[in-house]
Amino acid sequence: MTFELETAANPEGLKRVVIEPVSRVEGHGKVTLLLDDDNRVHQARFHIVEFRGFEKFIQGRPYWEVPVIVQRLCGICPVSHNLGAAKAMDMIVGAQLTPTAEKLRRLMHLGQVLQSHALHFYYLASPDLLFGFDSDVARRNIVGVAAAYPDVARQGVSLRKYGQEVIRLTSGKRIHGTGAIPGGVNKNLSMEERDALLKDIDQMIAWSRDAVELIKKIYCGQADFHNGFGYFKSCFMSLVRDDGALDLYHGGLRARDEHGQTIFDHVDYSSYWDYIHEEVKSWSYMKFPFIRSRGREEGWYRVGPLARINNCDFIPTPLAETERMTFKAFGGGSATQSTLAYHWARMIEMLHCAEGIQELLHDSDLLGTDLVNRGERALRGVGVIEAPRGTLIHHYRINEDELIVRANLIVSTTHNNQAMNEAVRQVALQYLDGQQLTEGLLNHIEVAIRAFDPCLSCATHAVGKMPLEVELVDAGGKVIDRLRKNSDGRCDA
Amino acid sequence: MSKTITIDELAVPFKEGQTIMDAALAAGVYIPHLCHNPEFKPHGSCKLCTVNVNGRNVASCTLPAVEGQQVLSDIEELNADRLALTQMLFVEGNHLCPACEKTGNCQLQAVAYYLGMMSPHYNHFYPQREADASHHDVMLDRNRCIYCELCVRASREVDGKNVFGLSGRGIKTLLVVNSASGLLGDTDLAVTDKAVQVCPTGAILIKRHGYAVPIGQRVFDHITIKDVQTGGGDE
Repeated sequence: MTFELETAANPEGLKRVVIEPVSRVEGHGKVTLLLDDDNRVHQARFHIVEFRGFEKFIQGRPYWEVPVIVQRLCGICPVSHNLGAAKAMDMIVGAQLTPTAEKLRRLMHLGQVLQSHALHFYYLASPDLLFGFDSDVARRNIVGVAAAYPDVARQGVSLRKYGQEVIRLTSGKRIHGTGAIPGGVNKNLSMEERDALLKDIDQMIAWSRDAVELIKKIYCGQADFHNGFGYFKSCFMSLVRDDGALDLYHGGLRARDEHGQTIFDHVDYSSYWDYIHEEVKSWSYMKFPFIRSRGREEGWYRVGPLARINNCDFIPTPLAETERMTFKAFGGGSATQSTLAYHWARMIEMLHCAEGIQELLHDSDLLGTDLVNRGERALRGVGVIEAPRGTLIHHYRINEDELIVRANLIVSTTHNNQAMNEAVRQVALQYLDGQQLTEGLLNHIEVAIRAFDPCLSCATHAVGKMPLEVELVDAGGKVIDRLRKNSDGRCDA
Repeated sequence: MSKTITIDELAVPFKEGQTIMDAALAAGVYIPHLCHNPEFKPHGSCKLCTVNVNGRNVASCTLPAVEGQQVLSDIEELNADRLALTQMLFVEGNHLCPACEKTGNCQLQAVAYYLGMMSPHYNHFYPQREADASHHDVMLDRNRCIYCELCVRASREVDGKNVFGLSGRGIKTLLVVNSASGLLGDTDLAVTDKAVQVCPTGAILIKRHGYAVPIGQRVFDHITIKDVQTGGGDE
């Protein structure tokens, strides 16, 4: 829980190395390193370089428009924003959801987490895990995976496609649909739609089991290396169900410290502000949240798959629960702190999603017609959901005219801001400190960032096509080393 | 024997008193338009329905049909003008289709699709316009107003209220409401008024109903505005 390497004591005269953009992540970020003449690392920072401003420009818009607008934050997990905002608007319209509405939303969300986890593991992370962190950069991408491991690539593509089909049938479109509205949903499933999803769900569960086996085999194959890569300890926060079960759609907030001790539990998320504060740092557009009772230095935490699997008491679907038990046993019964364990936890969740979808598809409530409820209107609404990358908070205030006057969004990647910086620093110390820089070594830093599956609030990225240029500048400002990865994957010195 | 005009080499019958637009729509011939609505007196302001009649460009919604008129409508030159006019409407307002609750039911969007509009082409003006949600049941979002005056005509001719009007000139034209405060909530507008139902875009909205119709069931999800307005479709 340290802030070592966040700010160099004497930055004057240090060399600045920039990794920009960080590739195979959602959105745009960069890493800056300050090195001395012996290439010792004195400062390492992970920056988010984009500014979105959604909280400001939805002011003055009607509340019922917000779930559709804010999902444009992202093209990978728009459902999370759609549902997070819709849950907040449920409070504003005073609605208790009908069983049909809640189950359709849950189905939509499970489809969303399934496709997002598949995208992350197969498209973005698997090239590092299958080929090695410093393997040939030309094939370290999904195309290389498809050539060397065609079955793995096909499963990834098919799982993602299935998840998107769940989204399409519940929201109208694969990306940026309109399914969730204040107080409910605007469509149910027809029998034909349900049967179309049922037809393939057994295969999705089987492939999700294969995915868990694959990451388990990779991780345990070099357990010491994977455990120690970018290792640090932190608190964890997630939603849990009333009985402590993993629940991606709804629950109370639970936070545990680096020793597994409970900081708070089953907290009503509408009072999140009493438990979480955000710090602003001058060098990043992204805020740094922390648990209020622990303070800024001791209170930062991780969210997302690793936090959820560590925090929950059990997973309410049998196959995923068995895998959780294996995961927990591997960690010696306590919370697993390893950065790369995110991938393992993520695949356990993907299996849970597939199982959860199957369970819901056999529920006749999905075919119901009681879609929307309304109650007594309120002027404030908070919606919290477990997005693929972690806890997502949407908080709105409206005026008497029903227009938004204030909004606060704390997105998953923001919660993980300090943790991602810590992972970057640990890897910089472990692998780059005092070394001659190579593309492979720099990729180690990106591997640590990718483990979090950070969504840097942007829907545009091109896998394997992002140019990467790294310059090593001496104390006098002279470029003494340069590496460039072109858009075709070739590296030039 | 009925009288006829010729539209794009098709003989189109008409009755005395009909405009070219009236005759075309009755015969299932689509001439793109936005400010025209058969329920109201022609306005002739959007200019999308401009056709070439015997060599002169005129608004088809206002020009009476006369025996023997040779009308050109679906030709490259006029369609290019219609596309440019539509693009100008998009950049003069703030039409954010992806998040607009009228998407799929919006005539401006549907005309743009019909004309093959792939981008706004011109630089956006990004005007500062206010949304007025002071009315209990109706919201006025001036960002999406195209000044067709259908609400003005409906309020005056059907509702008998004169709630809406246009103020200012040229690019500074603004849709205003008839109340001392300037707020919609202080007018005598009722949610059941014709003026509330007639807006071709998302400028006048019934509150709390946005996105209630799922994607796939909206007016223009499966058929074009041509088919909607001429009664064509699947056949």
